Amino acid sequence: MINKTINRRQFLKSSAIAAGGLSLGFALPGCAPEASSEGAAGSSDISAWLTIDPEGIVTIRVPCSEMGQGVHTSLPMIIAEELDADWQLVRSETAPVTPDFVNPLTGSRGTGGSSAVRRWWPTIAKAGATARDMLLRAAAEQWAVDVSELTVANGIVSHAGSNRSAGYGSLAAAAAALEPAMDLPLKTADQYKIIGTPAKRLDTPSKVNGSALFGIDVRIPEMQYATLAASPNFKGNLRSMDESAAKAVRGVQRIISLPAAAQESAGVQDIVAMPDAVAVLADSYWQAKKGLQALNPQFDDGGAASISDATIRAEMIAALSDEDAAVMRNDGDVAQATSGAQRVISADYTAPFLAHLCMEPMNCTAHYKVAEDGSESLEIWAPTQGESHVLNVLQRVFGLSEQQITLHTTLMGGGFGRRFEADFVLQSALISKAAAKPVKLLWSREEDVQHDYYRPTSASRFEVGVDDSGRPVSWRNAVVATSVAKRNFAAALVNGNDPFSIEGAVNIPYDIPNQTVTLKEYHSNIPSGSWRSVGSSHNGFYVESMMDEVAVATGKDPFQLRRELLQNHPRFIAVLDRLEAESNWQSPAAAGRFRGMAVHECFASIVGEVAEISVSDTGAIKVHKMICVVDCGRVVNPSIIESQLESAMIDGLTAALWGGVRIREGRIVQSNFHDYRLMRLRETPLMDIHIIDNNEAPGGIGEPGVPPSMPALSNALFAATGRRVRSLPLEA
Amino acid sequence: MKLTVNEVEYDFEVDEDTPLLWVLRDTLGMTGTKFACGVAQCGACSVMVDGELQRSCTLPISTLEGRSVSTVEGLSRDNSHPVQQAWIAEDVPQCGYCQSGQIMAAAALLESYPNPSDEQIDSAMTNICRCGSYSRIRKAIHRAIREPQQEI
Repeated sequence: MINKTINRRQFLKSSAIAAGGLSLGFALPGCAPEASSEGAAGSSDISAWLTIDPEGIVTIRVPCSEMGQGVHTSLPMIIAEELDADWQLVRSETAPVTPDFVNPLTGSRGTGGSSAVRRWWPTIAKAGATARDMLLRAAAEQWAVDVSELTVANGIVSHAGSNRSAGYGSLAAAAAALEPAMDLPLKTADQYKIIGTPAKRLDTPSKVNGSALFGIDVRIPEMQYATLAASPNFKGNLRSMDESAAKAVRGVQRIISLPAAAQESAGVQDIVAMPDAVAVLADSYWQAKKGLQALNPQFDDGGAASISDATIRAEMIAALSDEDAAVMRNDGDVAQATSGAQRVISADYTAPFLAHLCMEPMNCTAHYKVAEDGSESLEIWAPTQGESHVLNVLQRVFGLSEQQITLHTTLMGGGFGRRFEADFVLQSALISKAAAKPVKLLWSREEDVQHDYYRPTSASRFEVGVDDSGRPVSWRNAVVATSVAKRNFAAALVNGNDPFSIEGAVNIPYDIPNQTVTLKEYHSNIPSGSWRSVGSSHNGFYVESMMDEVAVATGKDPFQLRRELLQNHPRFIAVLDRLEAESNWQSPAAAGRFRGMAVHECFASIVGEVAEISVSDTGAIKVHKMICVVDCGRVVNPSIIESQLESAMIDGLTAALWGGVRIREGRIVQSNFHDYRLMRLRETPLMDIHIIDNNEAPGGIGEPGVPPSMPALSNALFAATGRRVRSLPLEA
Repeated sequence: MKLTVNEVEYDFEVDEDTPLLWVLRDTLGMTGTKFACGVAQCGACSVMVDGELQRSCTLPISTLEGRSVSTVEGLSRDNSHPVQQAWIAEDVPQCGYCQSGQIMAAAALLESYPNPSDEQIDSAMTNICRCGSYSRIRKAIHRAIREPQQEI
């Protein structure tokens, strides 16, 4: 029963917690069953956004997955600000996966799109303001004074007239008995004491002594351990295996087939795209791994033996000329403007499939239970960033209702988009059901490298017409890419086309009156997924590399070329001006050093970067320094912003230098970190990061630092060598 | 099979080819030490064996009878070890998954070189961090140098 009427009691609810504190929750309009919003104290506790215990500890439940981006600190900062809490007493934890913690703007639970602060701020700020108001009124009642005579700071309410003060902990029980108020005014930026400060991350203490529990660390009674092998060809079929050899391995309990066909009856084969696989269940992970080796499963090639990365690239480039591409943007008259241009600058670019390589390999713990009365239920502990998606898949495959599935989101060792996917969760549940045991499924790194949902591979063709003054007057960009949305974000499709494929291409900020952007999907049986910054991860490279080509061809300084085309975008101009100054762009680089720049907007934040590099006689690229300027609007935590930009630049530089899966006979060639090179400490450049603080609406921060790093680097490589590398990776 | 971990002696039965990593995690329930590659490439599983930094994912337990292992849980429970203190002061971890190994590698480096140069840090700190926390790892090691040292 869903009650869509918003009223005071439904929106906010408070209750006493068992130990005598305050618990404040709020049901989200249209999302929450009436029973839980009007429920007894017990259910209110489960839906509580924040609790304050008698010792004054404020525990804030965060409805987003913490995968390194700092959301378990940034969202609590927003609540603590309005609450006027003592930050030293604030704790955070992952919110339960219930309708109370579904995002009101998206109607779903999931973490991605650099969206947490943007999507949650007003909603959660109200929770803090409401709790503060209740605590103040409780103090006023106790002291028989007017609320207006009270002041509050750092979780302590004071009454100057009577020289009394009380901490939130001692007021919490009384506050819980009061009616929550709605629509209280929120603070203005000049009143902030916590927002805008480099507050320490709340999760750091548990991450320096081994006590933080990730998905892989889940242990439940009678749990058995599973590992699996999936078909190296994504459409391959299991042809043989040696079950008796596997069962002869000590500790091995069961061999469980996970046929790709199992997804078909539920109609999820396209969205999950789980290849044929077989799992070994044993008393320990090591025994399961040995059992899998003995099992030695063999798969056929699924008819994909002719596929290689060379064939994929050639087919994508051929598809750039397809005349049936979808027109995604069409401004002015490109044909006429191009024919009238003083000159036309053209180039083709490509980028490969990229693996995510989260440090924590894919894993999930599942317990499929059948009660004595035959009723079924499923409990899952998953390092997932896509709860709603996962629940949808599980409900369809097992025919269970939402109430029959309990999903716990754990901490996770990296996400980067990989953990949106449902494959590893579904596999663990299938194994648990087949074995009638609680099961922890853990993939090897080899499985992780070879069975990812890779960043789409793509190609991009530009024809840019410039006038006598060197100003671009026409811009034609054809994009060919594998699709993410067609597989598992069908609701995002625009007229059947994948908007992710053209992110960063269809929305360039440059004032060019005649623009055409087209899209042609490239089909591959190698699955594509979201990878940090999604379409901007390739289009940002293409567009900003092409802008550099235009600057070189017209003899313009790359900052000046962009400024001429961004006169109606003051925030871009501010980023460019700051980046030019911080990088001393107009002064020559040190001897042997070369610089490149790029600027890109995605997820409502603008990031400009300068890469400073040198190139050895053998062609090896050394990145010495990255200078980065970000405008992400209102700053919540500058320390987290800095760390996210460092992280994004390492990710982008790694991808640009070495990233990409190699494909032979339809299979991924690489298998582990020895042959998929990742940046290490000794290769890490100096990071010089500058944040433009302003009053604009907050933008995202987990992803926007990635796209400009790749073209900044390749533009620097051109400056160093005169060689324009149009196919990533640069050191192929 | 007898093994001392963080100064506590354990006696257990396990397949003798089991790597130390899985004994720590699955047999003894100490999950601070992490699995990430299984081939001693990334260092997420780094521990000390008799005071020497080792990657536990490829160390068969049969080679460790009677030896002494220390893990991240053994540095300190209350985060008082200078490397832990430095990691907190610089807010190093992002996802945090590799940090047990990074911290053990840093602690081992500071045992060998109480005041390491950037070049020594470059050579010693070869662990992978997919969050790219490297700049802060370097800063935290320099900070740990400035703080008073104590025995690991």
